[in-house]
Amino acid sequence: MFIQVKNLSKKFNDTIAVNNINLNIEKNKTLGLLGPNGCGKTTTIGMLLGLIRPSEGEIIIDGKNLNEYSRDEILVRINFASPYIELPKKLTVQQNLEVYGRLYGIKNLEERIEEISEDLDIKNFFKKKTGELSSGQKNRVSLAKSLINKPEILLLDEPTASLDPDIGDFIRSYIQDYQSKNHVTILLASHNMSEVERLCDSIIMMKKGKIIDKGTCEQIIKKHGRNDLEQTFLKLARGKDEL
Amino acid sequence: MNFKKIYALGLRHLYLISNSFPRILDLIYWPTVQIFLWGFISKFFTLNSDYYSNTVGIILTAAILYDFLFRASISFNMMFLEEIWSRNFTNLFIAPIKISEIITSLTLTAILRTLIGLIPAVILAVPLFGVSVFKLGAPLLFLLIALYLFGISLGLLVTSGLLRFGPSFENIAWASLFFLAPLGCIYYPIEILPDVLQIIAKCLPLVHIFEEMRSILMTGEVNNIDIIRSISLSIIYFIFGVIIFYVSYFGAKNRGTLINMGE
Repeated sequence: MFIQVKNLSKKFNDTIAVNNINLNIEKNKTLGLLGPNGCGKTTTIGMLLGLIRPSEGEIIIDGKNLNEYSRDEILVRINFASPYIELPKKLTVQQNLEVYGRLYGIKNLEERIEEISEDLDIKNFFKKKTGELSSGQKNRVSLAKSLINKPEILLLDEPTASLDPDIGDFIRSYIQDYQSKNHVTILLASHNMSEVERLCDSIIMMKKGKIIDKGTCEQIIKKHGRNDLEQTFLKLARGKDEL
Repeated sequence: MNFKKIYALGLRHLYLISNSFPRILDLIYWPTVQIFLWGFISKFFTLNSDYYSNTVGIILTAAILYDFLFRASISFNMMFLEEIWSRNFTNLFIAPIKISEIITSLTLTAILRTLIGLIPAVILAVPLFGVSVFKLGAPLLFLLIALYLFGISLGLLVTSGLLRFGPSFENIAWASLFFLAPLGCIYYPIEILPDVLQIIAKCLPLVHIFEEMRSILMTGEVNNIDIIRSISLSIIYFIFGVIIFYVSYFGAKNRGTLINMGE
C-alpha cells in the first residue's frame, strides 16, 4: 500500500474529530472520502498533510512513517487543492504559479507553467490578478498550483464545489486524464456523488469521526440495497452507524 | 536553509508591493507624516527648550529611529497577516519550506518594506528640517541592527499570537508597539520614569538605543557599552521570539488551526 493510515484519531479537547480510522490507498488509485459535514474529512486530510498532529495512530507513506520524514522531504511529494483556500488575490495567475513553482523547487519552471497552463486552459487570464477571476477560473488555477510539482499524492477537497456543470465536468475529466497519464495517488473528499462514482476506485464513508463503510461504489450501493451512491449516502448519513 | 525558497517567499511579497501603487503609497505615507509632525514639534522645542537648545532635531531623529522599529515589526506582522487575509495560509504551510526558511524570508523581506517607507522620510527631513540621522555616524548602523532585531522579535511574538489565537489576535499586532513605547524612553531620558519602571525599561534594548542616540547627538560621545547592550538584548529577544514562534506552530498543529485559517 502506498498510503496506510493505522488507528488514526484526533481529539480537540473533549471532541473526537477522528476516531480510530484505518484506511489504505494503493499507488495510482483514487480513494473517495465521503461523509456529512463535520464527520472528520478535513481533519483527516489535515493530518495527511502534516498540518494537524494526530492524537493517536500513524500515517505511513511509501513505507515510511510520516513523522520520520522531514517537512520539506514529504511535502514536495504531496499537494492539495480546495475551494476553501485561495492563492494570494493581488498576485497575477502567472506570479502565483511562479512563486509556488519556486517554493516547490521545480526545475524548468517556465516550461512547467506553460505546460500546465495550456492543459488547464488558463493562459488567457494569465496576467489577471487571481482575486479578479471567476470561481471556475480560480478553481482551475488552484488545481494548476496543486499539480505544479507533479505530486505523487494529490489531496482534493471538493474540487468542483460551486462550479457550473460545464466547468465541473472539465475539472473531473482533467483529473481523470491527469491520473491516467501521471500515475498519481488521489484522496478525494467530495459531496458530489456522481463525481465520486466517476473518479474513485474505492470509497470510505465517515460519520462522527468514524469510518462506517468502505468498498467500491458498486459494492456499497449493492450492500445497502439502493440504486445509486446518493441514496446510499443519505441512508448512511441519516441511519445508524454501521460497518 | 534553501535560499531559493527563501527568495520565492520574498518574491511573493515583492510582487504584492509592486502590483499595487496604493500599497507603495501607504508604505511611504505614514513615515512621512510622522516626519512632518515630529519635525514641527522638534522645531518648536528647539526654539523654546534649554534641554534641546544645543541639539537640533533630537526628537526628529528619535522619531525616525522609532519609526524604523515600528515599520520593521509591522512589516513582519503584515506579511504574515497577508497570508491570513488572502486565505493562502494553508497553501503556504503545505509547501515544502521549512519554518526557519519562512522566518528568514519574512525577516529579510521586512527590511525592504521598512526601507521603502523610511528612505523618503529620511531624505525629506534634511531639506525640510535640517536633520540627518547620518549625523549619528558609524554607531547608526549598530543602532539600526538592534532596532531591526527587536522589531522582528516583536513581529515574531505577534505572529505567534496569530498562530495561537487566530485572526482575532490582529488588533494586538497593531497595539504591540504602542504598549512598549512609554517604557522605551524614545523621546525622554530614562530618569523620567519611576524607579520600578526604570528597572523594567533597562531590560528593553530601546532604552539603550535611545540613550545612546541622545548621548551622541548631545555630547558627541559614543558609549560602546550601550551599543553592545542594545544588540545583545535584541539578540536575546530575537531568539526568544523564534522559540515562541516554534512553540505556537507546534501548538497550532495540535489544535488544528493551520488548516482553513483565514478571515
